[in-house]
Amino acid sequence: MAHEDKSKEKVVYVGDSRIRKGEGFVTPPDYTAYPGKSEAFIPNFLLKEWMVGVVVLVGFLVLTIAEPAPLGYPANPNAQVIPMPDWYFLFLYQYLKYPYASGDYITLGTLGIPGVAFGALMLAPFLDRGKERRFYRRPIASSLMLLSIASLVYLTNFAWTHYQNELEASGLKPEHIQREEKARENREKGLPTTNAIQDQEVAIVDKDDPAMEFYKKATCVSCHGADLKGAGGPSLRGVGDKHDQEGILTIIKEGLNGRMPEVYSAAKENGLSDEDIDHLAEWLAKQKAEAVE
Amino acid sequence: MFKNVYNWIDERLDFTPIWRDVADHEVPEHVNPAHHFSAFVYCFGGLTFFITIIQILSGMFLTMYYVPDIKNAYASVEYLQTQVAFGQIVRGMHHWGASLVIVMMFLHTLRVFFTGSYKAPREMNWVVGMLIFFVMIGLGLTGYLLPWDNKSYFATKVTLEIANSVPVLGPVIKELLQGGTIVGAETLTRFFAIHVFFLPAVLLLLLVGHFLIIRKQGISGPL
Repeated sequence: MAHEDKSKEKVVYVGDSRIRKGEGFVTPPDYTAYPGKSEAFIPNFLLKEWMVGVVVLVGFLVLTIAEPAPLGYPANPNAQVIPMPDWYFLFLYQYLKYPYASGDYITLGTLGIPGVAFGALMLAPFLDRGKERRFYRRPIASSLMLLSIASLVYLTNFAWTHYQNELEASGLKPEHIQREEKARENREKGLPTTNAIQDQEVAIVDKDDPAMEFYKKATCVSCHGADLKGAGGPSLRGVGDKHDQEGILTIIKEGLNGRMPEVYSAAKENGLSDEDIDHLAEWLAKQKAEAVE
Repeated sequence: MFKNVYNWIDERLDFTPIWRDVADHEVPEHVNPAHHFSAFVYCFGGLTFFITIIQILSGMFLTMYYVPDIKNAYASVEYLQTQVAFGQIVRGMHHWGASLVIVMMFLHTLRVFFTGSYKAPREMNWVVGMLIFFVMIGLGLTGYLLPWDNKSYFATKVTLEIANSVPVLGPVIKELLQGGTIVGAETLTRFFAIHVFFLPAVLLLLLVGHFLIIRKQGISGPL
């Protein structure tokens, strides 16, 4: 729409293509047909809704503080656990256990019945087309819905009771309760309460052995670090898992694939005897990860 | 000062009609709990939205600590639960809020059903509402795996087995969700992405649709 020169607007756009303002804003549907005390959404009505919201919020926060969110032990495929979905899936979970919803009838179970039930719910306005709105004047729609709610309650309760019985029979406690009790015990004893899988650091075996001194003298320390954790070269902690004494001695004398030079001559120069070097290799071969525990 | 800034922006954007349209529309007496106490049943929809907002906010804070990785997921949740200031409260709000949203949505659906409010001309909004229901269920399902403890791991395994038993498409759905042949690292990152990005995006679009339609059509009249 071309811009008119006579426009009273302060801001003038070149080649004005804005959508023109219509007849004011969209008038809301008129509720004069139901005489009563209607009021504006903001702030009047929103205040009332907020008051209801606050009541709910307080209840919600009380629940949150009284009952911490459950947390079990880290996922472990070999754990002994009775699998349970969240409560709002229990009805489906239970229903799929019935013979006509599983086994040979699995198609009926996963697609047939849920498809019809949820399809009907989704398309309810197209199935229930009468003008009547009051539920007691719509016996078919209302009774179908009541029947559905009753079966939801029944199936959920059945699954939950079954779970409780299973727990009792197997003597298992839900893991989040186990974890909480264990954490409380450990806290009282001053022990760590975490169950997270830790990256375990391999410790040095026989730290006080004289070989520790030879290790420094033989110049190993410059690449593998003072604490054997590695610097330019790899960590030597747990190296005994990879090489035996003979292998280590060969590496000291000949180096390793060009990645590590031989250090035998440097060790001799720094005053180590062949026996010392043998002992160093023996000590390194003892550096096994499982030896720590 | 504030008024001048407002006018400056309004001259350019002409946004007054937009917010006045939201603010000024009339709300009839029969849904107002201040006039009829029983009208609180009309609050369930608003409460669902309120809890949804809480879910979005608490979820945003949770992602500050959560690590979607099989080695660290549990550790990060445990840290959040036991070490972080108010972490237990925020995680608790997200955990219990997930159930509360389902409850409120269920009550809202029943209110709409039993007052016959889904009838012509409001069919479309009922369908959009049902889609929101399914998205919420999907959010609950994917969020359940994220703490990566035994309960969530085994529940997800069972869920994926159920998906697998759907004829023809089942195995495809299972592998797509699982991201491989076992429930593992890929499953966790997929569920995380679906829970945090895909479904919330769909949810927000559907909510906008839900609200635009109700605004256009108005609340159904009293019975």
